[in-house]
Amino acid sequence: MHPKTRERLVLTVVGWLAAGLIFFPIFWMILTSFKTEVEAVATPPQLFFTPTLENYITVRERADYVHFAINSIVISVGATLLATLIAVPAAYAMAFFPGKRTKDLLLWMLSTKMMPAVGVLIPIYLLFRDTGAIDTRWGLIVVYTLMNLPIVVWMLYTFFKEVPKDILEAGRMDGAKPKQEVWMLLLPLSLPGIASTALLSIILCWNEAFWSLNLTTSEAAPLTTFIASFSAPEGLFWAKLSAASTIAIAPILVFGWMSQRQLVRGLTFGAVK
Amino acid sequence: MSTIVLKGIQKNYGAVQVIKGIDLSIDDREFCVFVGPSGCGKSTLLRMIAGLEEITAGDLMIDGQRINDVPPSERGLAMVFQSYALYPHMSVADNMGFSLRLAGVPKEERRAKVAEAARILHLDNLLDRKPKELSGGQRQRVAIGRAIVRKPKVFLFDEPLSNLDASLRVQMRIELARLHDELAATMIYVTHDQIEAMTMADKIVVLQSGIVEQAGTPLELYHHPRNQFVAGFIGSPKMNFLPAKVTAVTDTATTIALPSGASLDIPVRAGGQKVGYAVTLGVRPEHMRLAGEGELLGEVMVVERLGGETFLYTQLNDGTMLIVQADGEIPTGVHERISIKLDPAACHLFDGEGLAIERMERHPLANLRRLPTRKAS
Ligand SMILES: Nc1ncnc2c1ncn2[C@@H]1O[C@H](COP(=O)(O)OP(=O)(O)O)[C@@H](O)[C@H]1O
Ligand SMILES: [Mg+2]
Repeated sequence: MHPKTRERLVLTVVGWLAAGLIFFPIFWMILTSFKTEVEAVATPPQLFFTPTLENYITVRERADYVHFAINSIVISVGATLLATLIAVPAAYAMAFFPGKRTKDLLLWMLSTKMMPAVGVLIPIYLLFRDTGAIDTRWGLIVVYTLMNLPIVVWMLYTFFKEVPKDILEAGRMDGAKPKQEVWMLLLPLSLPGIASTALLSIILCWNEAFWSLNLTTSEAAPLTTFIASFSAPEGLFWAKLSAASTIAIAPILVFGWMSQRQLVRGLTFGAVK
Repeated sequence: MSTIVLKGIQKNYGAVQVIKGIDLSIDDREFCVFVGPSGCGKSTLLRMIAGLEEITAGDLMIDGQRINDVPPSERGLAMVFQSYALYPHMSVADNMGFSLRLAGVPKEERRAKVAEAARILHLDNLLDRKPKELSGGQRQRVAIGRAIVRKPKVFLFDEPLSNLDASLRVQMRIELARLHDELAATMIYVTHDQIEAMTMADKIVVLQSGIVEQAGTPLELYHHPRNQFVAGFIGSPKMNFLPAKVTAVTDTATTIALPSGASLDIPVRAGGQKVGYAVTLGVRPEHMRLAGEGELLGEVMVVERLGGETFLYTQLNDGTMLIVQADGEIPTGVHERISIKLDPAACHLFDGEGLAIERMERHPLANLRRLPTRKAS
């Protein structure tokens, strides 16, 4: 075998193994959701069984899935739009008019992501309580926006850096004001990058559980809260929990699958030129 | 009307000064070329005029108005970039019409103006294409078309032809010169290629390390270079430089002795020269000829035959290399010994600091502009 071919074979196998390893919990969760509660906790675990839709029926009866799902959509999309709206001018300035401290500023922004969220839980909770933001969609939108802003700015900055400066300067010479320059040249030229940034932001918002569990109860609760409600009072019901989780991640899974190409580009940002 | 005046223009990048105080005036309708070696600050200077680069110190005036702080979009200048910088997501027509669209020109009028520019540049059939579907030469035309549609007062070009192949470059050079006449606009053109400068300019500005070495008409720079740098930069192949000693000074000529022992009377003004001073003789390859009893003797090392003329790379007896231009028909071959005669009237003399010693007579064509002086219309 040619060494190149062998190398590729090994890489393929490793790739599939890694993918299998990452996907396994999701696969197992979906499998469990079709088992009875007894089968779900059986040892050794069962791979073959008679599938049942019982869990899904129970989950539907116990909670209004659509209500949570709508909250999830509104909050994820809202926070993503808001974050993008704020990040575009910031990233534009940083990419095309950098100052001495721009690089430091970017690093500092990213470093805020290293702080554990629980560290600011009390102040944020108090702020929310005093402004009446608890259990509101806009409250969660604000928190998610702030949470994702560093990543969104960083990613947009990286994508904007790929746009040739000359093109924007040509626009300026043609008479474009900054707003027109961004709207008519920069955004169309970095559309794939913006799309993958938005996608990632939506996924991060969708899966966020810490803030949604602490700051919402029912009115504005998204799907993460919906899942959690099945692990609460009467103890753990694995099969029902799995069914709830499955329908909670289903929309984002389908969404992610459809936009795979964008996502891969987004997640490897900076790594590929 | 659009006269551009630079007064003490400086540019610093951090602690590094790249433009060191430039005073310059560019007349209305003039074709002005900034030329100089790579990294000398040509682009920086042009970009400061465009407004794309902040001016550290000095005044930039257009028609008497100081415009240092006017943003590029309001200066009314058009620029053609070296990379063309076309808008990749727009068709050729939209690229060319972008400035008009921003200016709020109605669609019909816009279309007419784009069509007019496309006709001038032979782009009629390409208007619906995207930039990536064009060849290099076509992209170049679109970039120029984008600049001319809105009839700006001043055009700025940053090495616009350097990405084209040689024959296209010559063709575009001619077209740009023609365009300059047709549009009757002021043009500032940056290049590192002295041939482009010589062929297109009304005024050449030779830059080196952020300062103006000399500004003048092409033939003024050719016949009256102010210093050794300009003398070496203008003309191709380069001017030859030979060390020499002053042996006599009169009001009308300075006599020098070459290392070979030969003596020459160069018609330059006396200036501050004294007998015994070390000077440099400058003589262009085209001002030498092969003759029986020449001042210089040497051995031909390389022969370059271009057909019409032949360049002989000759090593003199003292080791210096000399380029001699000879007729295309001469049979001289490598390792042949030749004798070279100089034309004293075409020789240049530079003092110890490399500054030219003024010649007795000004060349009759030194003030000639590229074209007969255009009439204001
Ligand atoms: N943004 C910048 N930061 C620091 N130095 C720069 C910058 N742009 C240009 N320079 C320096 O300024 C000098 C002049 O550059 P430039 O005007 O591009 O030269 P040219 O166009 O004549 O080749 C160069 O030495 C270059 O390294
Ligand atoms: Mg340059």
